Amino acid sequence: MDFLRPATLPDALAMKADRPDAVPIAGGTDVMVELNFDHRRPDALLDLTGIAELTRWDRTGNAIRLGATVPYSRVITELGDALPALAMASRTVGSPQIRNRGTVAGNLGAASPAGDTHPVLLVAGAEVEAASVRGSRRIPAEEFYVGVKRNALEPDELISAVYLPVAAGPQQFAKIGTRNAMVIAVCSFALALGSGGTVRAAVGSAGPTPRRARAAEEFLAEAGLDGPPRAEVCGHFGELVATAADPIDDVRGSAAYRRHALSVLARRALAWAWQEYQGKGERTCA
Amino acid sequence: MRLRLTVNGESRQADDVWEGESLLFVLRERLGLPGSKNACEQGECGSCTVYLDDTVVCSCLVAAGQAEGSRVRTVEGLADGERLDRVQQSFVDAGAVQCGFCTPGLVVAAHDLLDRVPHPAEEEVREALAGNLCRCTGYEKILEAVRLAATREPRA
Repeated sequence: MDFLRPATLPDALAMKADRPDAVPIAGGTDVMVELNFDHRRPDALLDLTGIAELTRWDRTGNAIRLGATVPYSRVITELGDALPALAMASRTVGSPQIRNRGTVAGNLGAASPAGDTHPVLLVAGAEVEAASVRGSRRIPAEEFYVGVKRNALEPDELISAVYLPVAAGPQQFAKIGTRNAMVIAVCSFALALGSGGTVRAAVGSAGPTPRRARAAEEFLAEAGLDGPPRAEVCGHFGELVATAADPIDDVRGSAAYRRHALSVLARRALAWAWQEYQGKGERTCA
Repeated sequence: MRLRLTVNGESRQADDVWEGESLLFVLRERLGLPGSKNACEQGECGSCTVYLDDTVVCSCLVAAGQAEGSRVRTVEGLADGERLDRVQQSFVDAGAVQCGFCTPGLVVAAHDLLDRVPHPAEEEVREALAGNLCRCTGYEKILEAVRLAATREPRA
């Protein structure tokens, strides 16, 4: 196995063009598990941790460009105000040790259906910056997930950054797990309320890819958020979110449980988001 | 490859290292530092927790090649000769050790917490230790040890 350790992004892209089979590694929280268990023996590993420019995030106007190797722990401590739902989701990833190493770009690269940041990236309107020697392009998160553990990257491309608009309204993320820490999501839900009453909602770990819950979004946008959502609005919103999912039965939960849990998560997230919308208020549902 | 790194303040090197092996393997099998324990090899148990360039990580998830040129501090590097670090001493005093397998990882994780947050709230302690599993018993004495350590002066 070759171990490639570029010091700059152009060097990394040249290596990836030359060796499309090279597996990128940063936090190692997925790749090393596969190596340790002999599930995978790539011909080459491409270590991105020596590339200084990937370790930074920058804010330009109302957008954050999050470098590919910024770990979750820094998203939590440095970007909680600008990207609240991403910080919330980051806080549910693994343990402190894992959050110190794992990255949002790694979550995207692995494209596991259970990845914690995926529904957030969908509701935040994130774009993935894919770079190669041919140049760089931005792939909307919605077009990035193409199947179970498959994404839209070309073989010579690396994720160099993720672009996220600074939150324009309340955002929420919630997930179900069998305990409170160190747990992979049984299902997860993200919600972003934008200016002008826009609503974006997405489900995770409840289908081959994360996905938007469009019927739920449209219903809520129409119902309006100028007053506290009535119990029946919250309830119907939850039901519509559940119908957006396409879950499977597996060891962590049945499809029926996942749908039910999603409806509850969505109802609660809406109540929390609305509370925030108002500064502070009574919880009206869930 | 020839791997060079600084471990517990000393320059160390190891030859014929496969870049894809874990830093944990390097520490235990090549450098003779068995304090960090090998259990799950997937970042679930925290037994292999070490400082890598001042950040606590699961050493089982760091590829050896990624550690080239880095600074590592293991549980062996916390004591000052025979004098235990306050976290280690507190684990002894509180009776927070049973079989001892999870202890090194918990000590390093707790050490890092108290370094960052000298007087952590109960929730902060629980969150900081959430990645370290103990299979002997509950966590009460471990939590007690961390509380006790927080009342003691850190070693300079």
